[in-house]
Amino acid sequence: MTTDTRHTRLLIGLGVVAVILLAKIFSIQVLDDHYKIDADNNTTVREIIYPTRGVIYDRNGDILVGNKVAYDILVNPRDVQAFDTLALATALDTTVEFIRGKMQEYAKNRRKIGFQSVTMIKQIPAETYNKFAEVQYRFPGFKGQVRGIRDYPINAGGNLLGYVSEVNQAYIDNHPGEYRSGDYAGMTGIEAAREKDLRGEKGYHIFLRNSHNQIEQPYKDGEFDKEAVPGHDIVTTIDAQLQQYGQELMQNKVGAIVAIEPGTGEILALVSSPGIDVSQLADIGKHYEEISKNPYRPMYNRAVQASYPPGSVFKLCNGLIGLEEGVLRPEMMYPCSHGYHFGAGHKLGCHGHKSPINMEESIMMSCNAYYCYVLKNILDNRKFNGDYGEAMDHWHDMVTSFGFGTKLGSDFPNELSGNIPTSKTYNRAYGKGRWNSTTVISLSIGQGEILATPMHLANFCAIVANRGFYYIPHIVKASEGVELDPKYYEKQYTKVSLEHFPKVIKGMWRAVNSGAGMGGTAWIAHVDGLDICGKTGTAQNPRGADNSCFICFAPMDNPKIAIAAYVENGGFGATYAAPMASLMVEKYLTGEVKRPDLEKRMKEANLMSRVKKD
Amino acid sequence: MIGENTHKRGLRQSVDWKLIGVYILLVLIGWVNIYASVHSENPSSIFDWSVRSGKQFVWMLTAFGLAGLILFVIPPRLWETGSIPMYIGVCFLLVAVIFLSRDVKGSHSWFEFGPIKFQPAEISKITTSLLLATVMSRQNFKMSAWKDFFLVAAIIGVPMLIIVAESETGSALVYTGFIFVLYREGFNGWWIALIGLAILLFITTLTLSPYTSVLILVTILTLSNAFRGPRKYFWRRIYLGLGFVAVMAFLPRLWGMLQDSIQAHIDWMQNVTWVPQANESTTYQWAFLLKVKPLYLLLALGFISLPFIGMRAFRLKDGFLGLSVLAFIIGVGLIFSTDFIFQNVLQDHQRSRIEVLLGMKEDLAGVGYNVNQSKIAIGSGGLTGKGFLQGTQTAFGFVPEQSTDFIFCTVGEEWGFLGCLVVILLYVFLIVRIILDAERCRESFNRIYGYCVAACIFMHLFINIGMTVGLMPVIGIPLPLLSYGGSSLWAFTILIFIFVALYRQEKKYF
Repeated sequence: MTTDTRHTRLLIGLGVVAVILLAKIFSIQVLDDHYKIDADNNTTVREIIYPTRGVIYDRNGDILVGNKVAYDILVNPRDVQAFDTLALATALDTTVEFIRGKMQEYAKNRRKIGFQSVTMIKQIPAETYNKFAEVQYRFPGFKGQVRGIRDYPINAGGNLLGYVSEVNQAYIDNHPGEYRSGDYAGMTGIEAAREKDLRGEKGYHIFLRNSHNQIEQPYKDGEFDKEAVPGHDIVTTIDAQLQQYGQELMQNKVGAIVAIEPGTGEILALVSSPGIDVSQLADIGKHYEEISKNPYRPMYNRAVQASYPPGSVFKLCNGLIGLEEGVLRPEMMYPCSHGYHFGAGHKLGCHGHKSPINMEESIMMSCNAYYCYVLKNILDNRKFNGDYGEAMDHWHDMVTSFGFGTKLGSDFPNELSGNIPTSKTYNRAYGKGRWNSTTVISLSIGQGEILATPMHLANFCAIVANRGFYYIPHIVKASEGVELDPKYYEKQYTKVSLEHFPKVIKGMWRAVNSGAGMGGTAWIAHVDGLDICGKTGTAQNPRGADNSCFICFAPMDNPKIAIAAYVENGGFGATYAAPMASLMVEKYLTGEVKRPDLEKRMKEANLMSRVKKD
Repeated sequence: MIGENTHKRGLRQSVDWKLIGVYILLVLIGWVNIYASVHSENPSSIFDWSVRSGKQFVWMLTAFGLAGLILFVIPPRLWETGSIPMYIGVCFLLVAVIFLSRDVKGSHSWFEFGPIKFQPAEISKITTSLLLATVMSRQNFKMSAWKDFFLVAAIIGVPMLIIVAESETGSALVYTGFIFVLYREGFNGWWIALIGLAILLFITTLTLSPYTSVLILVTILTLSNAFRGPRKYFWRRIYLGLGFVAVMAFLPRLWGMLQDSIQAHIDWMQNVTWVPQANESTTYQWAFLLKVKPLYLLLALGFISLPFIGMRAFRLKDGFLGLSVLAFIIGVGLIFSTDFIFQNVLQDHQRSRIEVLLGMKEDLAGVGYNVNQSKIAIGSGGLTGKGFLQGTQTAFGFVPEQSTDFIFCTVGEEWGFLGCLVVILLYVFLIVRIILDAERCRESFNRIYGYCVAACIFMHLFINIGMTVGLMPVIGIPLPLLSYGGSSLWAFTILIFIFVALYRQEKKYF
């Protein structure tokens, strides 16, 4: 081998090595993008600017949920010098152990933290912060950072409004790309339902940092910075005063009150009791355990989530269906001898009242027997040739056209559908053809398999008040930047003709306005000049004393409010539900209550001992 | 002196000005990038003594002075005649520094005189090159003679070992580059191939498996024998060798199936207590097979066939085949000792650097941090770079040692691929120019010394840039002429300019 080829080979080897190096450099510089991204992550740091969350207003422009200033306490561990732990703990309203624990944690993670500040305590109120600010000079490295938190000027809402809290990992995973650790989001109620409107858009400032995490300068003079966009304000349909009044009436009772403006479907009040006090909402983290351990389940929004038997209130529905089907005429008289007797010695009992009575009187006096005849007529209707199943399903369709047994489609989250039975229900229980109208006779008086939420009942009441149609109940009004689903502007008709409604309304008027001793079940709800029309309900409750239920609307002509009150274990409909609903109507329509004794009795009544705890 | 030589070729013709031009260009590029690699709030002048670029400016000026001294003042003959005392003196310094220096990151290699620090290891490259050139240019020197080979190996090995003792393994690695000089002077190229093979086997054993490494060894030996041996045996050797490898590639799976069935049978036997004398069953006689790994089978087959191959080599008088048998035995030995070398001979930080390089371990916060940050810096430069002083990765201190060992990151980040291309081409030009000049020399001392210079620059270039882009493990050696530091810049200046002076000498008189 000659030396010539050797030196050529060495030169070729040199060339090969140079090409290998250049190829590798080319691949990481030109072909591979991820080093550029890594480089940006290395050197830029985004300081998040949190937007102000939208304010929630009531229908009259009063603030239900606002924002107030709170402070996060930040620590830059590198700047901290020896300090008086006890003095700091006192200033921050916390314990010495907490601060020691945090400082140890920072010492352990000091490499990760570098020169950055970390949040030590979140959301301390302004009063506490002021205490700290006075002595802050003694604690280098500690500082406060403003962070808006929710503020509730009026104690109205609670469950209805919902709470805002820091997102957890599961929440972040369920909303890919929308949230990061440390963000806040509405978790329940309106805060959750309108989260997208309320939250606004986060902004950020980009800074360059060095390898020690020290900020060097704004990135490209802030050219790529983005300012935060505040969240949209939400105007609700709630009347704050009415809501608050309803909560006061319902205190120490379990149940719900739902008030709707019949002409629009706007929810005026949505009370669920026991509820969450607004004072707990702002700092839900601190109270969460206490709330979740409460045996009466305050988180549970009974107004839309509790399915109750509606009781006698439902007689109106059966009456309307009977009228529509032509199997009932208002002047038809049926006897009642302390109940309806059927089969071999069976009886569905009733209270003492005159007999026989016509339809109007049956509503006024809430006669059970009358509606047993009505339901029997509906199910035994000749047009179905004795096919109870078909008759039953027809009845079911009629009932559900009132919104019962379905989700109404309101904008309030977690609405439940309740239950209206079909022939399948009974075919499964008794076998096909082995049941008849008497088997299901308790449906006539709103018992048995019928379940409805207070929202359903209020909506039903609004249908009667409107004489035959409803708007889907909703809680948010259209306002600047917030649009409403067009479905909330559409009239929803039932399968009962409009002409039949005035007939039952007359009965409802008489139930309230006949005067004491005349047999009207709801005379206690009477208010001079308001023309309240109502219907009581007393629903049997397998869990204890009967539930008290009442629906009413007023005034009779041109109704402004339709309301449903449901009080668990409250006894007769006239005992608690009727007076409460009546007081609500009076409060809403006149702005003041002229029956202080009744009001006091309602507010002070405590039924909690009757309620079976979960 | 200039006047004396006017009757011969002038300064213009005798000095390789292109070489010097590239040298100056590289030094200037280094200086500018050192300035860019250190970020400060208020950019100071590039000449400011308080920053590194200012200091480097002084090192540059003194290095140019040194270059002039070597080129015009010191008689070039001195390098050959003084090579032995210089070599011994530097070796003495290398040893002394171990005892006299402070511990810098675990290594003892720096002399400190006030603000001035210098590493004898930098100079020993020069003295070793000079002595190598002196010894190898002797009339009776024969590369193929064992005596001469051992002498050369000792000249290279002594400073290398002392430097390893200083815990500067990286610098010691540069000395392996002298093997290219030996190759040029007649050293058998197959030895270099064998060294390459050993490195390959070391890596495959660590990353793949010893079994695969043995198969690779067999494949390479087969192919080299087929191509190098007699033509008529070419296909036979291919069939036999590669056929063996192909069959053996499937052995582990087949063997695993066999072992599974034996194991299943044994499990079954142990549960079936009603079979009398179950323990004496023949199944248990085969149980030993469970302990036999496929690797052992492979080796057994290999070593059984070795005597036959050896016999054949003897009969055909095929020395290469005989050497291959030897290479197989040594190779298997290396494969089996790889684990031992890796776990016991290498130091912890070296082991983890290799693990990270080979992708056996990802450790971006620890050992892998340097390389990862270095790749990010270079990678973020893109095709044309971010522009002078616009780099963020190096200037903000994400890349460690950003003005010394990792200076290439600044080039990559601020000047992009085009900048890297220019710098690497300049180095290639420098090395090629030195080699071509060396080839033109009539005196073998000059030629050999030239090759030594080229080899040193090449090794530094390859190891340093290879390190910054993740092709080589992290080995802390400077990039010649670019990296910050007087000791390194002076050493390379002396190294290169001795050759320039020697070359000038040649041109002047021939």
